[in-house]
Amino acid sequence: MLSVEDLGVEFGGVVALAGVSFTVRPGTITSLIGPNGAGKTTAFNAITGYLRPGRGRVTYDGAPLGGRRPFEIARRGVVRTFQKTSVFPTLSVRDNVLIGLHLRGTAGVLAVLRGGRRIGDEERRLADEAARIVAFVGLAHRVDEIASGLPYGEQRLVELAVALAARPRMLLLDEPAAGMTGAEKERLTALIRRIRGEDVTVFLVEHDMRVVMGISDTVIVLNGGRVIAEGAPAAIQAHPEVIRAYLGSSGAPA
Amino acid sequence: MRRLGLGALALLLLTAPVWLASPYHLHVLIMAGIFAILALSLNLLLGYTGQLSLGHAAFFGIGAYTSALLALKAGWSFWPALGAAAALSGAAGWGIGRLALKLRGAYFVLVTISFAGVISLVSVNWMELTNGPLGLPGVPPPDLGPWALRTKGAYYYLVLAAAALAYGVCHRLVHSRIGRAFLALRENEPLAESVGVDVTHYLVLAAVVSAALAGVAGSLYAHYTRFVSPEVFLFSYTVTMVIMVVAGGKGTLAGPVVGALLFTVLPEALREAVSWQWQMLAYGVLLLALLFFLPRGIVPAVARAMRPARTVGVRSRSAPGARGEPE
Amino acid sequence: MDQLLQHLVNGLVLGGTYALLGIGLTLIFGLMNVVNFAHGEFYTLGAYAAFAALALAGLPFFAAIGAAIVVGMAGGAVVERVLLRPLAGESIDTTMLVMIGLWIAMQNAELLGWGGVAQSIPHPFPTAPWTLGPLGIAPLRVFVFATALALIGASHLLIQKTRLGTAMRATFQDRDTAALMGVRIGRIHAVTFAFGSALAAAAGALLGPIFLVYPSMGDLASLKAFCVVILGGLGNIVGATLGGLILGVAEELGAGYVSSGYRDAVGFVIIILVLLLRPSGLFARAERIG
Repeated sequence: MLSVEDLGVEFGGVVALAGVSFTVRPGTITSLIGPNGAGKTTAFNAITGYLRPGRGRVTYDGAPLGGRRPFEIARRGVVRTFQKTSVFPTLSVRDNVLIGLHLRGTAGVLAVLRGGRRIGDEERRLADEAARIVAFVGLAHRVDEIASGLPYGEQRLVELAVALAARPRMLLLDEPAAGMTGAEKERLTALIRRIRGEDVTVFLVEHDMRVVMGISDTVIVLNGGRVIAEGAPAAIQAHPEVIRAYLGSSGAPA
Repeated sequence: MRRLGLGALALLLLTAPVWLASPYHLHVLIMAGIFAILALSLNLLLGYTGQLSLGHAAFFGIGAYTSALLALKAGWSFWPALGAAAALSGAAGWGIGRLALKLRGAYFVLVTISFAGVISLVSVNWMELTNGPLGLPGVPPPDLGPWALRTKGAYYYLVLAAAALAYGVCHRLVHSRIGRAFLALRENEPLAESVGVDVTHYLVLAAVVSAALAGVAGSLYAHYTRFVSPEVFLFSYTVTMVIMVVAGGKGTLAGPVVGALLFTVLPEALREAVSWQWQMLAYGVLLLALLFFLPRGIVPAVARAMRPARTVGVRSRSAPGARGEPE
Repeated sequence: MDQLLQHLVNGLVLGGTYALLGIGLTLIFGLMNVVNFAHGEFYTLGAYAAFAALALAGLPFFAAIGAAIVVGMAGGAVVERVLLRPLAGESIDTTMLVMIGLWIAMQNAELLGWGGVAQSIPHPFPTAPWTLGPLGIAPLRVFVFATALALIGASHLLIQKTRLGTAMRATFQDRDTAALMGVRIGRIHAVTFAFGSALAAAAGALLGPIFLVYPSMGDLASLKAFCVVILGGLGNIVGATLGGLILGVAEELGAGYVSSGYRDAVGFVIIILVLLLRPSGLFARAERIG
């Protein structure tokens, strides 16, 4: 369970997060929504160690995440994707995923230099796992192709595969549906459900309301650096403050 | 087919002292071997982790001076001196590696150049230690048990073994989880961190191994030429190394070796015909031409040309380490 | 005390030309994101151009300085068009290597053309130093300092007061927005590189008569230019001016009080210390030219 308490982030006078608190329960698909500039990606960055918050506590399964480097947070099972498509551009899809499997390997310098059966076995095991993950996201036919040469939607799948390879217990997805076609979004939501089925908690930032309302167990709404609502999708859709936040105070309520 | 080619190459290299026409040719191969080690070491930083370190001559020089001074002034025999050279250069590499964490791109380049510049000036000015511009003559040759390796032939095998070892180390590192981490650093550092790659650890590791190998090359050089002077810190050595790596193909293993051979043999072959200044001018123009027309280097271009045409998709220039991937 | 003042004066003279080098490079590096390792070669080019104008063509001294500036500008324009423009989208590493290639090619071309023997540039100033109390300063150095100041002033004016300068500053701050506002980025790049190279050439022509002219004189000039850029902050012309003066004085004091052999180390050490401790430079305000 991810627990965020009174998280505050300031950028030179501009308050991005003004004391945000929420929890993400294990085994759920939870979405973080809000108008542009509400602070969603900032929250992600603060939780996963890419940003140092001014105040507040973030704990995962009781252990504090604050002040830790991103790779340490990944070791604890919290893995995130990025808003802007992030792959290892000149490497193949297979190699992208192999890097994602970094934490699943154990070979250190001495072991590598010595070589031997153990290393060979580990490499084979990782290669098999990579193939499985690439197939899971539906990119088996692209496995040898260079990541940056793939169409946009497939690059986002590569991103997802890399994140899954790190065997997260909680996956933070930053706008995974952005720029996708309708069909791609359908495939994505099916994938996210399957990921939850593998016992991974999914926490996503997303703008597409159909996607959000369609798959989320819980929706958290951020506006102006504050949580203004938290609950089931149906309740959120009817929440007056949420409607106001999206339409502006002059907009008529639905 | 490849196995046959490699086997033939190995045979040629192993019997070189026999079929080469003169000791001068053997000398050229020895220098090529030393530069191959240097190019391979620079390639770890430049090609695999993507850090443009232009102070590599500093590691070479530190290795050369350490080995020479320990042998001359403290009476150490070659092998411990070699070890110390690798260790000291490696330590300098550790420092540079930690610097790279705070600086990137152009700033890192500047710091590496400055570092090399300072070390160079120290070697010129600290007369008591290094004898300044006069250099250190009379560095003893290495010994293997009771035999001193005085002949070119014997030294050739030493350098060949060292180069093969260096290649082996790089090969093992690159074709492993560690090599993939290096590539991840080059390709997309924040993404690498997000999946648990400890950037600090791998950057420093690359720098230490790279510097230590360069130090080994320095020691071999010192005991071969039997003379060390501040000239080992000349920027032209770094430039030559960079050209070897970039021309051969950075990010490949064969590239630096091919580059080293090419840019050791070529100048020697042209030495009679053409003056050194023309060669350096040609180097500059060649570097420019390569960057424009063969940016990946010679080895990848040749590999691409030899591959049958594919109909679908983009053939990956993949990282090694996955099952079934050709290197 | 007198010695200290003398060192300060000498340092300022030297620093003025370092400032010229630094301003040129901070514009190129800051605006175009090009790590111009060939910057020192334009310095050398300027020195040799002045030499050729004076010793070979017999031009008057001031015309020779002007000729050097023109040659630097032209050379810069050509390099930008032929080498940099085609590589516009490439990574900073590629352009850096291209500049290294240019560095090697230019220096060895100079070596082949002029030979390795150092030349001296004749100048019309009397050699007897003017004395001002305990200080002595050669008239040549006064001229050099005055010219450097004039060129620095002209640079400031260009950047701050002209439309071209405004376009350059806009490109530095936000290239995409500047392009959307109608700034022709390609033209700005060409002008920036030519202008920066012209300043480097001027520095070479000015320092040439004081020191000697030889093909590898540009190596240290490049590094000192980078040192000035680092001191002053990327794209910061005022910072580069002050940084140049600081470096000049630091070098003179170092050579005088520590050891003349380590004179050139001052620039290296400054680079390392500043990058480690205050990477944005001593005078940097975030992301601004001028």
